Amino acid sequence: MTQSAVHPTPASPTPEGGHLLEVRDLHVEFRTTEGVAKVINGVSYHLDAGETLAVLGESGSGKSVTAQAIMGILDTPPAVIRSGQILYRGRDLLTQPEEQRRQVRGKEIAMIFQDALSALNPTFPVGWQIGETLRQRAGMSRGDARRRAVELMDLVKIPAAATRLGDYPHQFSGGMRQRVMIAMALAMNPKVLIADEPTTALDVTVQAQIMDLLADLRRDLDMAMILITHDLGVVAGVADRIAVMYAGRIVEHADVRSLYKAPAHPYTKGLLESIPRMDVRGQQLSTIRGLPPNLMRIPSGCPFHPRCPYVQQVCVDVVPHDLVLGDGRTSACHFAQEVRDDSAR
Amino acid sequence: MFRFILRRLLQMVLAFFGTTLIVYALMFAGQGDPIQALAGERPVTAAQRAYLTEKFHLDKTGIDGFFYRYFDYVTNLLQGDLGQSLTGRQIGDILAAAWPVTIKLALIAMAVTILVGVTAGVLAGIRRASIFDNSTLLLTLLVLGIPTIVLAPLAQYFLGVKWQLFPPTAGAEPDLYALLLPGIVLGSLSLATALRLTRTSVAENLRADYVRTARSKGLVKRRIVGIHVLRNSLIPVVTFLGVELGNLMSGAIITEGVFNIPGVGFNLFRGIRTEDGPLVVGIVSVLVVVYLVSNLVVDVLYAVLDPRIRYE
Repeated sequence: MTQSAVHPTPASPTPEGGHLLEVRDLHVEFRTTEGVAKVINGVSYHLDAGETLAVLGESGSGKSVTAQAIMGILDTPPAVIRSGQILYRGRDLLTQPEEQRRQVRGKEIAMIFQDALSALNPTFPVGWQIGETLRQRAGMSRGDARRRAVELMDLVKIPAAATRLGDYPHQFSGGMRQRVMIAMALAMNPKVLIADEPTTALDVTVQAQIMDLLADLRRDLDMAMILITHDLGVVAGVADRIAVMYAGRIVEHADVRSLYKAPAHPYTKGLLESIPRMDVRGQQLSTIRGLPPNLMRIPSGCPFHPRCPYVQQVCVDVVPHDLVLGDGRTSACHFAQEVRDDSAR
Repeated sequence: MFRFILRRLLQMVLAFFGTTLIVYALMFAGQGDPIQALAGERPVTAAQRAYLTEKFHLDKTGIDGFFYRYFDYVTNLLQGDLGQSLTGRQIGDILAAAWPVTIKLALIAMAVTILVGVTAGVLAGIRRASIFDNSTLLLTLLVLGIPTIVLAPLAQYFLGVKWQLFPPTAGAEPDLYALLLPGIVLGSLSLATALRLTRTSVAENLRADYVRTARSKGLVKRRIVGIHVLRNSLIPVVTFLGVELGNLMSGAIITEGVFNIPGVGFNLFRGIRTEDGPLVVGIVSVLVVVYLVSNLVVDVLYAVLDPRIRYE
């Protein structure tokens, strides 16, 4: 892990500062024929140069939607950004015209997706697809773009890159395909790399290789990385800080070490307890009871209260604010202190 | 790929013999007295009967005789001799005159399909649920709902006779202008299908994951739609058009009949009506080859367009 590991997280609202990327109080809705789904309900997080932020949450918690809002690739409609700011180098991306936002995509902030097979165009060779960014965005000639594509494929450790330039995505294995995806994202030397569940579609041994590769590349190319995942195991070795999302909010925000040691939100605690452990035998695996909320009807008060073992009347009535716990930690729980002390024991 | 084409060519040989045999059997097996049928109402003298029996090998009877005549026919066919129609004309000559007309007609219909159908389909797919999309949906449903046997005379009456924008019939040696209206009528059906197919394909591909990737690369929208989406959505369209061209090449019986166009379909229809066995079998044999070849071309084209398809 890098030395920039522990960054203190100021309590919201964040004061004016030198963050590379900052999401402020983002609200996003999906307007469908069945009703309005409140997918993002006041998400705030930030990313500094050279660090890795893990955004953790189960399906539908809004982690990918936040990332797509940053990239400006949300489908609108059905998505509507109700309010909030996305500041990149201090400038709000959401107020910029599309043409200016397009310049940021790929060049400043790049993204890799979960399933590389469907995320790559099936009808073009991978070399062409990597080179396309260079030709279109950097004005490179065909030959230069090809040479650079080979370099990029070497960089992500695709064996015999030069001979595979003309191959199509379906001719690669899952892991190699994800490497192609990464090479494509790195083409313009982005400052921020958003990795949206980059290893979910891969088998376990390949997952580890891809995570190692991402960590190495982030360090070597001095990028900042947002790692979106639902897998706590993936996060531990790579991330500096973790933001845990639930029902479109960040419920806990902490550096990796203290979060693993003593989670301060019942949801995080539940997640950590549901990881199978090799050192404790004969114990039933604990789970979080219930299901994630329907985003068209989010429960009153704390959205986690129907599933929470710590639930009290106040949780049903009052939406918890982010409680600052010191060390830059926050937790959106009325009983954050108790939960943390419980976990620490 | 080479092995695939070779295997398909061998299959085509089988298919060719199979279909010609069936058509030959259907056309001749049911005839009572072919010589009398040939002569029509007029009496046949014993000498004529003997001559024709000799010429058409009618002295052999039953299954043996049928196969004898069939192989005789196929042998001639393979030597490029399609034989004579009952009217005494060489079938090869009839086809040589009819084919250019049908090909012209087919190409006009195909041009209309591609220019109007595919273009409108792409636009409708991009602007899903817009006024344009909904009106094309309505129009294509209308066209698909009207059979050619109704559409062709309607177009002929209004555009040809009443408003006199086009010649109402084509005549013996039609020029391109005379074939324009029949071509549009003929193309309207494949146009409607091509439009719906293109529209669905484009709309589907616009939602594909790779479009999201292309956007995150910072490409301009024109390029995302024009290169990434079109390249993928036109795969099913092009294969459909290939099959359709094969269909059109084999002649349009109704359209050619209504507009009096001396093409392949027209001659086939006349052959059926006048019970001209050799003519029908001759034309169908050639059509079978056209159809088989066009299908092979489509299969090969499909593999060229979609790199995921590989034939062993």
